Amino acid sequence: MAQAELTLKQHGFGQTRRQDLWWLQPLAVFAGLSAFIIYTTWAAFQGEHYAFGPYLSPLYSPELFGESSHSWFGAKPSWWPSVLPWSPSFLILWAPAGFRLTCYYYRGAYYKAFWADPPSCAVAEPRHRYLGENSFPLILQNVHRYFLYLALLFIVILAYDAWNALWFTDTATGATSFGIGVGTLVLTANVVFLGGYTLGCHSLRHLVGGVLDRLSASPARLKAYHCVGCLNRKHMLWAWMSLCWVGFSDVYVRLCAMGIWTDLRIL
Amino acid sequence: MVMATFKLWRGGRDAGRFEDYQTDITEGMVVLDAVHQIQAEQAQDLAVRWNCKAGKCGSCSAEVNGSPKLMCMTRCSDIPLDKPVTIEPMKAFPLIKDLVTDVSWNFQVKKRIKPFKPRQPDADDGTWRMAQADIDRVQEFRKCIECFLCQDVCHVLREHQMHDAFIGPRFFVYGASLEMHPLDVENRLGDLKDTDGIGYCNITKCCTKVCPEDITITDNAIIPLKERVVDEFYDPLQKLFRIFRPKR
Repeated sequence: MAQAELTLKQHGFGQTRRQDLWWLQPLAVFAGLSAFIIYTTWAAFQGEHYAFGPYLSPLYSPELFGESSHSWFGAKPSWWPSVLPWSPSFLILWAPAGFRLTCYYYRGAYYKAFWADPPSCAVAEPRHRYLGENSFPLILQNVHRYFLYLALLFIVILAYDAWNALWFTDTATGATSFGIGVGTLVLTANVVFLGGYTLGCHSLRHLVGGVLDRLSASPARLKAYHCVGCLNRKHMLWAWMSLCWVGFSDVYVRLCAMGIWTDLRIL
Repeated sequence: MVMATFKLWRGGRDAGRFEDYQTDITEGMVVLDAVHQIQAEQAQDLAVRWNCKAGKCGSCSAEVNGSPKLMCMTRCSDIPLDKPVTIEPMKAFPLIKDLVTDVSWNFQVKKRIKPFKPRQPDADDGTWRMAQADIDRVQEFRKCIECFLCQDVCHVLREHQMHDAFIGPRFFVYGASLEMHPLDVENRLGDLKDTDGIGYCNITKCCTKVCPEDITITDNAIIPLKERVVDEFYDPLQKLFRIFRPKR
């Protein structure tokens, strides 16, 4: 089919006749994601102040190996190369990072904000060549559902962390008792927001029922499809709420562990 | 009543320019009314395509202040009239004259999509039975009025002119309406991947934003199709499962 010859093609990066503040949203996304990436990278490299009492920072959960009482398999493994810096979060952070990196919402957002592809709708781009997600490297975004499987596992683990955050150990007697601190609420809200984001994933919606043309033949999957679809309609909101809250949860645990903030006990 | 200035694109394929027209705007007018008023009073040779003036025929697509819109559904009270309002034709298609573009490429694309192919009839009288829950999902796609604003705003067509390799959001919606239909048994996934270029869509959701029928194009049509393409071509586990389960 002959390609249409366009006579009014836009030229020049950023050219548009839009009069609204089209640059505001990509700029906000750029600032928000950059801030989160910088903070989490810094926090991941710290390797300390990630646990406080029953609280464990979500950036370090699950703590497979580490020095805190939350560690699953003991201290730093001997097989870790001595030339590499060590932090418990290095072993796990790649999974949620991969989930967000390949998320359909984030893809559209960061293609605009970081790669100007396009900078915004109906705004001219800086490059002429375009490969999209049709070839390497972006064709690898199709791995998203595998990161989803891991993210679902993380939701279970973080829910377990929130449960653990209800049980406080008396340092004097060693007795464990039920309690609720502000940190408990912070970690519980974290798993709720992350659950809303993960359970509204486009890939999950497809896998639970979207793949079927005759959903009515599988009532359970039809119900699951509607539930995931309900969360999916606000996927962007869940994505940002969960992103911000993960960062705040780490800040909360870190500052409590450093003695800068005091964790108030509600019960 | 306010006097507003409209900068209208005038010209054909070889040359063109914006020309200023001033006209009175009264309460309730839409942009198409203003253009018609200018055509009647000042520019009788102005070419503008329109039909229903009710947002249902999809004829009066244009770019108002740089944003793809139906002129008949854009209220003058919703746009700033204290500065000139630019109206130009869609950029993803060849210009014929003034505000009119040649959108025939879309109709050629539609012809090459595999048509609806129903399964064997459910009943002896040659009819089928469908559950409402199954048809609800594709019903949304039937709202499309083929205004082609989604095609116009899509940067793959507008900016990169990949008309040979990419069919655009309108036809992913069309493809989804067929592919997800509870009666349809045709398989279009190979075409979607290879000749329709669904991999070129990078999910900017611009098509969804401009759709005058509020079809959730990206989330409900394109991404589900992308997921089906992943099932078929990129997911090794799905390939493994397909060996052991009957074809859906």
